[in-house]
Amino acid sequence: MFDVKYIRKDFPILSREINGNPLVYFDNAATSQTPQQVIDVIVDYYSRYNANIHRGVHRLSQEATEAYENARATIQKHFNIAYPYEVIFTSGTTESINLIASGYSPSLKKGDELIISAMEHHSNIVPWQMLCEKTGAVLKVIPMTEQGTLEMNIYEDLLSERTKLVFVNHVSNALGTVNPIQEIIDKAHGFGAKVLLDGAQASPHIKADLQALDVDYYVTSAHKLCGPTGVGMLYGKSVLLNELPPYQGGGEMIASVTFEKTTYADLPHKFEAGTPNIAGGIAFGAALDYMNAIGFEKIAAYEAELLAYATNKLTKIEDLKIYGEAPQKTAVISFNVGRIHPYDIGSILDQMGIAVRTGHHCAQPIMDFYKIPGTIRASFSFYNTFEEIDLFEIGLRKAVKMLQ
Amino acid sequence: MNTIETIQEEIIQEFSMFEDWMQRYEYMIDLGKSLPIIAQEYKTEVNIIKGCQSKVWVHAELKENQIYFTADSDAIITKGIIAILIRVFSNQHPKDIMESSTDFIDKIGLKEHLSPTRANGLVSMIKQIKMYAVAFQTQLN
Repeated sequence: MFDVKYIRKDFPILSREINGNPLVYFDNAATSQTPQQVIDVIVDYYSRYNANIHRGVHRLSQEATEAYENARATIQKHFNIAYPYEVIFTSGTTESINLIASGYSPSLKKGDELIISAMEHHSNIVPWQMLCEKTGAVLKVIPMTEQGTLEMNIYEDLLSERTKLVFVNHVSNALGTVNPIQEIIDKAHGFGAKVLLDGAQASPHIKADLQALDVDYYVTSAHKLCGPTGVGMLYGKSVLLNELPPYQGGGEMIASVTFEKTTYADLPHKFEAGTPNIAGGIAFGAALDYMNAIGFEKIAAYEAELLAYATNKLTKIEDLKIYGEAPQKTAVISFNVGRIHPYDIGSILDQMGIAVRTGHHCAQPIMDFYKIPGTIRASFSFYNTFEEIDLFEIGLRKAVKMLQ
Repeated sequence: MNTIETIQEEIIQEFSMFEDWMQRYEYMIDLGKSLPIIAQEYKTEVNIIKGCQSKVWVHAELKENQIYFTADSDAIITKGIIAILIRVFSNQHPKDIMESSTDFIDKIGLKEHLSPTRANGLVSMIKQIKMYAVAFQTQLN
């Protein structure tokens, strides 16, 4: 049974008040909140078995290593990944993407092509632009429609033997669009191109089966999934990861070091130089356990109800325009009201204890596409309620009235 | 002549009359709506401060040893705050601007708009005001 009142008790932050109003947290696409169960895991780690991993012979180090590797196995299982060593711990989505971009740097040649979508987050644009500048490869963009969906026929035209890599987000952070990733992957593979899927926005709502998708690389951050910040993952097929050069040099990633030559460790350690975010990694596993105990299908079904309820309420507000009306979307509503600047509405909502994101959402190309300075984005999670949406609607109407 | 300090005191006094945040914000919105605070010719790329959220334009001129600031923003609340900043800093001697403080913003309950996380261009605007003061002061020396 899905009981939101019961679930909310797990999240201490949700009982906070701002300016005497109950906190209404609708900025879940930026970061999700952390349940007590995950906080406890972090506290437990530092209270009982904080130690460096993979090298100590003592008890604490063994316990910490075991917990960290168990978390890796939890991630492996969650995403249906073939081997635990195909899960690389990183500091988050951005680092995961940069790791791959840097790995492809030696092999890309002038004239090679990379394809990204028009609805990427800056973190899935800039590393590839930097890679293109360095290698002479060319960046091609799959355009989007007014509705906020990808122009798949143009994607097919862009694909060729020159295409080496395709990068696309599973779900757009600014619009909530769920992209047709299976089709994107299959078509890219038809030309021998590899695909990196940015799962940062999708992973809290959709459990991706990475073997079934046959995707080559997948990245996400723990903090989008009720875990802590500063930790995330990179999945890569081992045949591909073995080919890539290491990302950073340091301890942990070596097999042997002499001043003449260093040989690198096997996966996953080759990409995990230095002491990792151990507590973060363990908590990432605990966060997935927490969400799986509730169940991703139940989460998705409830969030779809929240989205439908909120969309219905908001569309009744005069001059309100929603950006991103794809038939398949996650619980994200990006919108503007008339010509009112998103910053003004966001500032007033903040006074009422309502947390939304305003601005370009690190996706300036999307804002340029719609010729707007930014949007207000309300993004819902499974711990949000219909009552909170009511408060949001009242607050929004009040803000609009003040600003008109 | 009104010094920067006396104007700041006046503003603190005015804001203390407001009973809650809504009145404060309504006042700022009014300020933001009513003022044409920059000539169109100065709304140029050179004068723009791009925040992540809102844009701010600032123009400065020196007349009779005093700096005249004009400015604008695409967001109304930002513009309201700009109007307050202009009231404080425009028509003042560069040296006085250089030596002035902006603590009064805290006292009128608008601190959050000057937090770097807001990225609305206001932090850079204040920096810009001070830079103009330094630049014009050098001219005067």
